[in-house]
Amino acid sequence: MIELREVGKSYGAVRAVDGVSLTIERAEFVVLIGASGSGKSTLLKMINRLVEHDQGMVLFQGEQIRAFKPEDLRRRMGYAIQSIGLFPHWSVARNIATVPQLLRWPRERIAARVDELLALLDLEPALYRERYPHQLSGGQQQRVGVARALAADPEVLLMDEPFGALDPISRQALQHELIRIHRASRRTIVMVTHDIGEALRLATRIVLLDRGRIVQAGTPAQLLAHPADDFVREFFGGDERGLRLLALQPVAERVHAGESAPGEPLPHTASLRDALSQFIARGVSRLPVADAASGRVLGAIHFDDLLAPPSPTP
Amino acid sequence: MTWPRLHRLLRDPLPWLTAALLLLVWGMPSLKPLFAAWFPTLDRPLYEQESFAALSMSHVAIVAASSAVSLAVGVAAGLFVTRGAGREFRPLVETLVAIGQTVPPVAVLALAVPLIGFGALPALIALALYGLLPIVRATIAGIESVPQGVLEVADGLGLTRLQRLQRTELPLALPVLLAGVRSSVIINIGTAAIASTVGARTLGSPIIVGLAGFNTAYVLQGAVVVALMAVVVDLGFERLGARWGRWRAAV
Repeated sequence: MIELREVGKSYGAVRAVDGVSLTIERAEFVVLIGASGSGKSTLLKMINRLVEHDQGMVLFQGEQIRAFKPEDLRRRMGYAIQSIGLFPHWSVARNIATVPQLLRWPRERIAARVDELLALLDLEPALYRERYPHQLSGGQQQRVGVARALAADPEVLLMDEPFGALDPISRQALQHELIRIHRASRRTIVMVTHDIGEALRLATRIVLLDRGRIVQAGTPAQLLAHPADDFVREFFGGDERGLRLLALQPVAERVHAGESAPGEPLPHTASLRDALSQFIARGVSRLPVADAASGRVLGAIHFDDLLAPPSPTP
Repeated sequence: MTWPRLHRLLRDPLPWLTAALLLLVWGMPSLKPLFAAWFPTLDRPLYEQESFAALSMSHVAIVAASSAVSLAVGVAAGLFVTRGAGREFRPLVETLVAIGQTVPPVAVLALAVPLIGFGALPALIALALYGLLPIVRATIAGIESVPQGVLEVADGLGLTRLQRLQRTELPLALPVLLAGVRSSVIINIGTAAIASTVGARTLGSPIIVGLAGFNTAYVLQGAVVVALMAVVVDLGFERLGARWGRWRAAV
């Protein structure tokens, strides 16, 4: 869907992006991560030509992005940044309708789409449609920003630290929404963040950048379990790496079906890290696991299972 | 009309002052006995060479025309120096309009007369030049007040340059721009009175004639009408600003 071939961008003598090659497939959730100045934002903006590459080539749907008019290209890609990006003089509805209006959708279709998106992002349409951005909380503004980026059903969603300005609770809620939207729509998403937890939670593939180059790319588990070098190991938390790896895996996969154990059961959607915390807090080595929705007990998990999945019982 | 609405309307100074201005302009002749009693030593206590209605109309016309020129030129210059190639000219333009306002309007009038002659035209030019500075400054300040994130998103969502200007930059700059237009117009209402010295018909005529002939009543009549006009227009702009800037008021 998007292919970067040896792309680069210099600002004077500084090479912000230096020979990056990356192919992003349909329905991937790619997170570009790195310290500030690593070139992650520049790389993202090269995809919709907010920054023009001066080396290599960028292809979108098999065609060079320079073959598109910048406006046409951008209207096919949603774009969201930190919450200051809402147009303050427009109502929520008009903000969301920005791109559909540019594409001259009929009025009824726009109105229907705005309500659909507000509902999708958990904002009651009748309540929020006519509000102005300054009347919303930071989290709500960011929801509107995401809705606006999704409005014209873009083929790709580009997001530049979209949740950077939010408090941890709104941030987590929006991350969940985004995972849900990604799973439901199978839309391609490219996101920039410097939050490692966010990257590990959201990405199907993480691309770690340093000084304009890709250091390592792979699934969250690959980067945590098999870091390419010390930089990657340090970046993903050094000593914390093990805990982060545990946080990626649900207990459901390691349950001894039919076994029982005393105590309050863990939901099957909890992570192994949650399980570890409970083992330590309760001072036990076996915990019951129950279905998160129905509460029906599924089995138990042993402390040793944190290290390796249980071998099938004969 | 409900009582609270009527009450609010009655307490609002704008309709009262507007009514006072209109009454004064059209009813000045009926105040003649008043001025006669106030200034018993004067042979002619009321300026009667021309009606105050005609003077006021002419005054408003000169201010409106010169402000329109200031607005068009000022906004164009302000926009030019805040984008692309125009940025280099910003110090030059800022210096030029500052000079335009440093030179007293009387001097501009005096310089214009030998070149253009007497009448309304030199007055118009002097006023237009004089009103330029607040508008150019306000345009630049307004455009610069647009948050960087808004511009980035406008580009990122696929607005063209023109759409970005029309739909985001200008509306967001409008409250600041309006403040500049307001001070420009108010300055011009006062300054236009001086334009009578070069033969333009304005509310300055009774003032100039009165000053030359020691007729305090004439001076008073002209000055009160000009002052009242400035106050009414100022309040009008305040209303407009509140209306156009509603999106940023905390509701």
